[in-house]
Amino acid sequence: MSASSAFNDEKGGSSSVGEPEYGHDPASGGIFSSDYKRHDDLKEMLDSNKDSLKLEAMKRIVAMIARGKNASDLFPAVVKNVACKNIEVKKLVYVYLVRYAEEQQDLALLSISTFQRGLKDPNQLIRASALRVLSSIRVTIIVPIMMLAIKEAASDMSPYVRKTAAHAIPKLYSLDPDQKDQLIEVIEKLLADKTTLVAGSVVMAFEEVCPERIDLIHKNYRKLCNLLIDVEEWGQVVIINMLTRYARTQFLNPNINESLLEEGGSGDKTFYGSDGNDDDDEDEEDKEKKAEAAALAKRKPYVMDPDHRLLLRNTKPLLQSRNAAVVMAVAQLYFHLAPKAEVGVIAKALVRLLRSHSEVQYVVLQNVATMTIKRRGMFEPYLKSFYIRSTDPTQIKILKLEVLTNLANETNISTILREFQTYIKSVDKDFVAATIQAIGRCATNIGEVRDTCLNGLVQLLSNRDELVVAESVVVIKKLLQMQPEKHSDIIKHMAKLTDNIQVPMARASILWLIGEYCEHVPKIAPDVLRKMAKSFTNEEDIVKLQILNLAAKLYLTNSKQTKLLTQYVLNLAKYDQNYDIRDRARFIRQLIVPTEKSGALSKYAKKLFLALKPAPVLESPFKDRDHFQLGSLSHLLNAKAGGYQELPDWPEAAPDPSVRNVEVPEWTKCSSREKRKEKKVEKPFYSDSEGESGPTESADSESYSSSGSDSASASAESGSGSQSEESEDASDSEEEEEEEDKKKVWKKEFKKLAQGSESEQSSESDERKRARKSKQQKSESESETDGDEESDSESSQSESDDSESEVDVKNKKAVQSKAPSKPVIKETKKEKKEMSLLDLDDFEPAPSPQVTPVNSFLSSSLVTDLEGLSLSDSVLSPAAISPSGTQKCYELLHRISGEGLSVEYCFSRQPFGPDANMVAVQMHFANSAATDAKNLHMEDVKLQSGMRVTDFPEIELLPAGETTTAVMGIDFCDSTQAANFQLCTHSRKFFVSIQPPVGELMKPVFMTENEFKKEQGQLMGMNEITEKLTLDVKCRNEHAIVQRVSAAANLSRVPCGSDKECRFAGRTVSGGSLVLVTVATEEDGSARLTLNCEKMVIGTMLVKDVLLALTQ
Amino acid sequence: MIHSLFLINYTGDIFLEKHWKSVINRSVCDYFFEAKEKALEPENVPPILQTPHHYLINIYRGKLFFLAVIQTEVPPLFVIEFLHKVADTLQDYFGDCSEGVIKDNLVTVYEILEEMLDNGFPLATESNVLQEMIRPPTILRSVVNTLTGGSNVGDTLPTGQLSNIPWRRAGVKYTNNEAYFDVIEEIDAILDKSGSTVFAEIQGVIEACVRLTGMPDLTLSFMNPRLLDDVSFHPCVRFKRWESERVLSFIPPDGNFTLMTYHVSSQNLVAIPVYVKQNISFMETGSCGRLDITIGPKQTMGKTVEGLLVTIHMPKAVLSANLTATQGNYTYDLATKVLVWDVGKLNPQKLPNLRGSLSVQSGAPKPEENPSLNIDMKIQQLAISGLKVNRLDMYGEKYKPFKGVKYLTRAGKFQVRT
Repeated sequence: MSASSAFNDEKGGSSSVGEPEYGHDPASGGIFSSDYKRHDDLKEMLDSNKDSLKLEAMKRIVAMIARGKNASDLFPAVVKNVACKNIEVKKLVYVYLVRYAEEQQDLALLSISTFQRGLKDPNQLIRASALRVLSSIRVTIIVPIMMLAIKEAASDMSPYVRKTAAHAIPKLYSLDPDQKDQLIEVIEKLLADKTTLVAGSVVMAFEEVCPERIDLIHKNYRKLCNLLIDVEEWGQVVIINMLTRYARTQFLNPNINESLLEEGGSGDKTFYGSDGNDDDDEDEEDKEKKAEAAALAKRKPYVMDPDHRLLLRNTKPLLQSRNAAVVMAVAQLYFHLAPKAEVGVIAKALVRLLRSHSEVQYVVLQNVATMTIKRRGMFEPYLKSFYIRSTDPTQIKILKLEVLTNLANETNISTILREFQTYIKSVDKDFVAATIQAIGRCATNIGEVRDTCLNGLVQLLSNRDELVVAESVVVIKKLLQMQPEKHSDIIKHMAKLTDNIQVPMARASILWLIGEYCEHVPKIAPDVLRKMAKSFTNEEDIVKLQILNLAAKLYLTNSKQTKLLTQYVLNLAKYDQNYDIRDRARFIRQLIVPTEKSGALSKYAKKLFLALKPAPVLESPFKDRDHFQLGSLSHLLNAKAGGYQELPDWPEAAPDPSVRNVEVPEWTKCSSREKRKEKKVEKPFYSDSEGESGPTESADSESYSSSGSDSASASAESGSGSQSEESEDASDSEEEEEEEDKKKVWKKEFKKLAQGSESEQSSESDERKRARKSKQQKSESESETDGDEESDSESSQSESDDSESEVDVKNKKAVQSKAPSKPVIKETKKEKKEMSLLDLDDFEPAPSPQVTPVNSFLSSSLVTDLEGLSLSDSVLSPAAISPSGTQKCYELLHRISGEGLSVEYCFSRQPFGPDANMVAVQMHFANSAATDAKNLHMEDVKLQSGMRVTDFPEIELLPAGETTTAVMGIDFCDSTQAANFQLCTHSRKFFVSIQPPVGELMKPVFMTENEFKKEQGQLMGMNEITEKLTLDVKCRNEHAIVQRVSAAANLSRVPCGSDKECRFAGRTVSGGSLVLVTVATEEDGSARLTLNCEKMVIGTMLVKDVLLALTQ
Repeated sequence: MIHSLFLINYTGDIFLEKHWKSVINRSVCDYFFEAKEKALEPENVPPILQTPHHYLINIYRGKLFFLAVIQTEVPPLFVIEFLHKVADTLQDYFGDCSEGVIKDNLVTVYEILEEMLDNGFPLATESNVLQEMIRPPTILRSVVNTLTGGSNVGDTLPTGQLSNIPWRRAGVKYTNNEAYFDVIEEIDAILDKSGSTVFAEIQGVIEACVRLTGMPDLTLSFMNPRLLDDVSFHPCVRFKRWESERVLSFIPPDGNFTLMTYHVSSQNLVAIPVYVKQNISFMETGSCGRLDITIGPKQTMGKTVEGLLVTIHMPKAVLSANLTATQGNYTYDLATKVLVWDVGKLNPQKLPNLRGSLSVQSGAPKPEENPSLNIDMKIQQLAISGLKVNRLDMYGEKYKPFKGVKYLTRAGKFQVRT
């Protein structure tokens, strides 16, 4: 009711939100009268047409929600505005909906369609916010809608929407756990996502929905490690924690050999039991450990899994994060996973966190306390950072004290004790008590200082503050129990204290001590009992019990002197008000005073009372807490919190590490354009992190793709990896430009392979050989380079593929590594990719050259099979064919004449970045000599007038046996004149020349049928050349024609209505003159070739080439 | 993760609640109030409390408690850091993070909270991104808003979240391009009774205020980076560059931010700028005590010590202080038993002195401990560690920015034991 009046008040203006809630509005009348129409004004405002009124109303409603007032009765009025155009109103309506939808399920359903529409919006932010609100509406009926929306969003183009989808997963899961299986599928898909934006959120979803499905991580492990540094802070924490658990299940304990020997033995010993009277079980533990260690020593030496190393290396920089949670996460990861020698690095970072807010200090100190028990050495250099200031909050002081105590050892104990001395004088009594306890612990742990500590504590007995004295007594009692015989004078001193000390606990402790060691103080003990008997009635219960105890013990040892006293005390106790004391008295009397009734037990009375009692073990409350994952809530509470995932023990033997090898990068439907843009910008920022990922991992193909267009150097190292993986990778990622560089390397690998398997290839089918021969001839006629025709099988092989369309090559590549029985799957996959290529058309392709790997592992029958498959698709899109075709490799320098250095070149048919008028020529250098080739560069270029050359960047070093590639650009001025130059190494110069086939002097142009006809009409007469020909037997379908023509010349296909005609268009590279080719076929295999080009020389030459291609 | 958030003021009123999952009744806070009662001082409230069904994690900042309710396992630091981030963000937005300010901007605060978490997991925490979505109030805008009924919600959709530089908003434009860096060093020290150093270290922080157009890429280098022992960076700093070249290379966020914090290596002896001669004693008999404090310059590198302030937490038994100060003035708060002596500038010729008598509650035993002195001071234009910025270069933009570096040394946790 106060609320209602408050709203009336608030009408005044938006600023009144914070005004007193108890306004006196006469209109509000009685307490209940206004209740049922209390929000009428707000409803009116919401129903109005003015956005400003609606906004005002929504603001007031949200303010109500914020203060925890109930605004649910406004639901119908608010939900009407969900489709409001005004974005501000809309946002507030969303806020309202999320809060109240659960309570008003039926009405909430009215708003669903708005969000469903929002999910289809072209703007990614609107899609994301629609999904966010939709998934936040906790209404079970819409679970199927949510599921659908999440699934759709998980394959959205925008990473931001995908991130939102990841957030929605746990929401749906908490609403309906039955959806788990479906959600896991979505999680699996999102885990494969390569963007940093998504990584943290999806791991969060993974942790909430299916933390037990560790198998989902395998494939993404390396990617997550590599992305980690670029993920936002909160995501880092979640990922690191998850990876800690993962690593515990997958890798071997890095401390497997030394840890048990050192820590199990000496480490614990100095702490808790140098006295030898340890608990039995501890001894057993030791034995066990020793046995284990012995067994382990026999094992083979430990070698760290490279993936384990990768995780440690990639998390280390995060110790420098500004976010304490991230630092803590890395620290716990190192604590749980790193070899002992490396754990030390975390100490400095943790000490840094002690400068932060006191809550952060509190948590960090708790964790440090646990760590110091196991790894004391780590924090010893930072001892002084744990010194206590008088302004610290008490809870921090006590934790610091704990750490200091844990750190104490023989060398630093004197400094620590000096510190403790200052602390004892503190005003904060809780802290002083804790300090005295700490001193006690130091004394038990470090034998050398026991006497010093004891003396210090005894001095404290004369302290004016009773609490201090009492605490000291309790601690001294514990210390004395360890070696009572030496300290009878202290016991005497304490006996004297009974006159003064009033704190019951302390009195009780003294009495217990005297009773226990009455033999050491035979004269004083009875006297103390006498005094106590006098004051018995006034004592506290706990003291009375100890008086009884003392009496009983004295009676047993010194019955002559104390018999009467004991009787007296027992009588007093018999009539005590407390039944506990009465019971105890009766029990003792029966036990110690021999009567005819007392049976067998009294014989053992002495044994019962004066048994040797084990000394109490003073140990840290943080001992054994490390079985909880550090940094977790459960660790802090020392109790399992809900949803806590146990940190698994190290496996005995490492599971198969190959599960983490990434075979097929998941094809995510997300547009690679989106990603690519990111990558492009990202590179200068984050590329620094790449150096890290390089050297040691092998076959880590995932890391390359994640780091964008990585340098070839990184991938070159992966050469040792299993070949099958790599080749698959290459084939799948073909279209993705960011991976093109990688390809270069793959190609080289193939080359090597091909060279190696030359002999095998000789056993190929005859058919193939024939094809090869014919090609060889063709290449001779085409390019008049008089390079040695005994060219090694590499080049001829590459040519043998020329006739086949690039589609074939793709198919072949796809199949070559997979079992040949799976062509269909591959085929569909390829289809998809082409689609994506299409919408990437406007994106300027990177200038990096594309050379498709040459292979000949396929039987030709399979090839035709595949051809058939691809033909079954209705129309081949021109874009799919034109840009990257098969390329012939030409020899520039043979390895014999080049003294081991062989150079090939090919026309990559990519635009040459720096100069659009140049033809890109890709060179492959292979150094098969025994020595390294250095400073590979060009010199002394001799050109026809008008021609220009852009040199390839100098290659500083080409080690023996290595290969590399470079790209140069040549402007041939639309002529087939050769470009001559010298290729120089540090020692030699070679004269070489590059001559282009005429088909390479042009670039494809995309045009429509109408445009084509129009252009053709303008290039008639002299500019038109027509030839009749008979098509080769194998070349009588449209598809084959397209393949052959595009292999011969770099032209793109023009869509065409009739299937009797194939049209191609292009422009010369430097002149830009149009080149139009038409092939009209007849039923009987004859055809007419028409070529329109304003440059007649080019035209005639091209006609020749195309004719040759089509007839042979 | 984080289930709900309650903002509670010093007296224990809940004045804002926000739930990211289903609603949790505010009665859950009763457990917190119980703990708060028990702890007496707000600093002593345990940051993490366990209740039968929930866990409560709280921080105390600016006389406010931020109380997060969680239900399942979550790293406590994660929540604590997030709560501080919330407080920082509010501070950023409104220049202050107090109950009054939050109540005045309740709707904006609620919207900020809505954006910061999604289902309890942080969504947008960079203030550059948030400010694009929900514009901070300015005087001009609040005037316009009252006239037109507009609000602070951004009408354009933010892009910052989508960029790969999440900490910087796009389309920044300034007429005056400037980049200022403050190198601030704090001396943490504990001196014992005789004036010798028990413990001393230097912690530094570089605060930046960068207002540059476009997407500048900055490089900051030091003359003597070897001094830095342990560092932590804003996420914008490229860590690899730092590791290999010891320069800070970064694309800055727009506005004020903390670029880095550092710790000066412990091999270097820490220069202690002042010495303190003190004598505080209480008589065994008769309820009084004496106090005599003199402060003088020690190693000030030729600079003047300013803003000198001595704070002493007196024992509870001290009733009043009757002192005379040769410089500055002193106050003694009877309720909190805190003696504050505001000295001001330290004059080496005439050392400031405070002496006089303390009256102790009659009958009370002589206070056990002598109170320790907390000292505050600052020295302008000096980084006590000797750290020097070498140069600042900007890439990626054509204009010439105005650059400036300022040094300041001040006392951190500087304590003299008596």
